Amino acid sequence: MTELRTVYRRGRPVLEGLRYRGREGFYTWILHRATGLGVLFFLLLHIFDIFLIGFGAETFNSLLVIYTAPWARIMEVFLLFGLLFHALNGLRIIVQDFVPGLWRYERQLIWVEVVVLLPILAWGTYVFLSPLFS
Amino acid sequence: MSGQPGSARNRRRRLPGGKFELYSWLFMRVSGVVLLGIAVFHLFWMHMVIGVENIDFSVVAGRWENPLWRLYDLLLLAFALTHGMSGLRLAIDDYVHRPGWRVAAKSVAFLAYVLFLGMGAYIIVAFQTPPDLASLP
Repeated sequence: MTELRTVYRRGRPVLEGLRYRGREGFYTWILHRATGLGVLFFLLLHIFDIFLIGFGAETFNSLLVIYTAPWARIMEVFLLFGLLFHALNGLRIIVQDFVPGLWRYERQLIWVEVVVLLPILAWGTYVFLSPLFS
Repeated sequence: MSGQPGSARNRRRRLPGGKFELYSWLFMRVSGVVLLGIAVFHLFWMHMVIGVENIDFSVVAGRWENPLWRLYDLLLLAFALTHGMSGLRLAIDDYVHRPGWRVAAKSVAFLAYVLFLGMGAYIIVAFQTPPDLASLP
């Protein structure tokens, strides 16, 4: 633990982290944590806004601009990416945990994630952002 | 001599952090698979099929007229918040090293967990559909 603390104190964790030799496995590790915390933050916001429905239709509807505003639709694309990546990458981790032989094919499995993720993300981005241009 | 303290079998079974960390690890995987179904479907349904620009009070109230949707939302709330806060606990362990700060951070996270679980569960269970739902804007 002492060694860990030294690393964190001396370095800039994010920059050091990106230089780490882990390549795909390490980048997905960082992204898994970042998307997890990001989706958690949205979940807290979402619980709060749904809680406000108890204050009646007028109050609730007037607050919904926070989700229909243009910048909110762009954040929605990030939410879709975050949830999808976390789900697919989490599934890969679970499968690798229970079928240890698959660790040898980690890089290939990560590229499968990318291939599954990109078309759904493209479709979602179109659905979320097209109302802004109509 | 298996079963004696210090035997090979017992050494293998002594887990760091006790059984809690093992159950936590297992919970993250089980809830992860559950959420892969219910959280991804929730996002697909509300954002891709219905569309955020079409969601308002009457849509949510209409959805909660069906108790099965309330049950679905309750399960989603419990699984997602517990999974997320469990992940936050692991992140705190990784980044907060001073014992005092670590206890403080975990306490705040636990209080937030109880508060948000209570808020969410309360509104899902106790929300009453207004009688004039059809005439609402």
